[in-house]
Amino acid sequence: MNFETLVFYFLASILLFAGFRVVTARHPVHAALFLVLSFFSGAGLWLLLEAEFLAITLVLVYIGAVMVLFLFVVMMLNLNIEKMRQGFWDNLPLAGFVGILMAVEMTLVLTVAGRTVSSDPVRHAADYSNTKELGRLLYTDYVYPFELAAVILLVAIVAAIAIAITLRHRTGTKHQDPAWQVSVRREDRVRLVSMPAEKEGE
Amino acid sequence: MNELVSLLQGFFGFAWPLVYSLAKIVAIVAPLMLGLAYLTYAERKVIGYMQVRIGPNRVGPKGWLQPIADGLKLLMKEIVVPTGANKGIFLLAPVLAIGPALAAWAVVPFSPELVLANINASVLYIMAISSMGVYGVVLAGWASNSKYAFLGGMRAAAQIVSYEIAMGFALVGVLMAAQSLNLVDIVKAQQGGVFNWYWLPLFPLFIVYLISGVAELNRAPFDVVEGESEIVGFHVEYSGMAFAIFFLAEYANMILVATLVSLMFLGGWNPLFDFAPFNWIPGFFWLLVKVLFVLFLFLWFRATFPRYRYDQIMRLGWKVFIPVTLVWIVVVGAAMQTPFGYLFH
Repeated sequence: MNFETLVFYFLASILLFAGFRVVTARHPVHAALFLVLSFFSGAGLWLLLEAEFLAITLVLVYIGAVMVLFLFVVMMLNLNIEKMRQGFWDNLPLAGFVGILMAVEMTLVLTVAGRTVSSDPVRHAADYSNTKELGRLLYTDYVYPFELAAVILLVAIVAAIAIAITLRHRTGTKHQDPAWQVSVRREDRVRLVSMPAEKEGE
Repeated sequence: MNELVSLLQGFFGFAWPLVYSLAKIVAIVAPLMLGLAYLTYAERKVIGYMQVRIGPNRVGPKGWLQPIADGLKLLMKEIVVPTGANKGIFLLAPVLAIGPALAAWAVVPFSPELVLANINASVLYIMAISSMGVYGVVLAGWASNSKYAFLGGMRAAAQIVSYEIAMGFALVGVLMAAQSLNLVDIVKAQQGGVFNWYWLPLFPLFIVYLISGVAELNRAPFDVVEGESEIVGFHVEYSGMAFAIFFLAEYANMILVATLVSLMFLGGWNPLFDFAPFNWIPGFFWLLVKVLFVLFLFLWFRATFPRYRYDQIMRLGWKVFIPVTLVWIVVVGAAMQTPFGYLFH
């Protein structure tokens, strides 16, 4: 067993353990943190495959952005843990079926004719840039699907902003108006009350 | 030197790669720790003189031993874990804060040869690793079991995540100009004197990166996260060394951002002018001078600017910096297709 195989089994066992704990952890925040750990070990596995761009992007996008927002939501919501744990056994058969189905599908994809996975992939030279190669493919052969995905994301952004802006015009919502804030005068904030002294002759 | 290396190699046998890597890590982290200890001293002195005071001058000659005394004091103090706190995560949070702050140094080059790991995608690596620093803040706020710490953590995390986007776009401009994600190549692309460095063609990105860097570090004028006297931050429940670790991480990140600004916009180890006597001075010295200059800017900001209000911070990040970077990326991209493209190389 060479060093690389050792690293692979190390990362893979952490990944499996973390994935298992995501499902079984009692507290949702712990579960989210184990998900972060599994992403991180997954990125390590991709690094072993010389896919450094994908690995680093996984860390940057999923750990650095998506999971932070996820943690935000999990921490802010007042989650009822007892209620969440109900129905575990009811849903287990369906979940197990979906899991087996996914495993079968992945096996089919990996073993389909003409796409045999070699156990010893060809190594690239040290100056081979995975990033450049990926960028070239994305902007030549796959430029239309790529641009389509970008437009879909843009629509999502516009929709989110539109919701935020239309909410402002409803009554009863709270939002800040910087123009009003800076033009405020003393009379708007301070009220001087003249009161007679409560005790006489100190 | 080579004889010594081969002698040690024989001594350690197959464990040599591990030992050698560890030695190199220590060679980076030890000076860094010393540097950040004296950065705190420099900060107190510089701000002191700017406010017509003297600053620390009691411990050792001219106060030179002050950071050591502070460190010892914090080490001796008890770490209080609040009741009802999530103990494991409470103690994990400072580790998650300092881990990325140190790990990012793995790809930082100090000269064309002197770099621990010269990887192709080093800029991406730094972005990815430094984006993980936010976990320390969020988890510290949450695990403290205190509403003040929690709100402080949320505020800090929202600020860090927002400014990361502007920083990322500023880096896109740099890698378009240098046509590389490798920090060594980026510095090499700026070969020559002060007018060849990227601060000039990428001036808006340089300013955005510098200011976003300050916001990312939660330093004044963007220090609503830790405004010591009046606003309660994510680390209110921390004491002793656990508290100090957060500040070690902050100062290590400060030196990191200063180094990155120097490498990507201020020409790294290139001399100020590419003729004698400037190019007689070794490159490492030039890099050091630039890093110290940017660090001095950070201290200067803190002594000079009043604090931003929280909604102003968000407005600046989302409505000013991100549009500015986006426009300048388009400008650079378009200009590269014209005869004026040489200006952006």
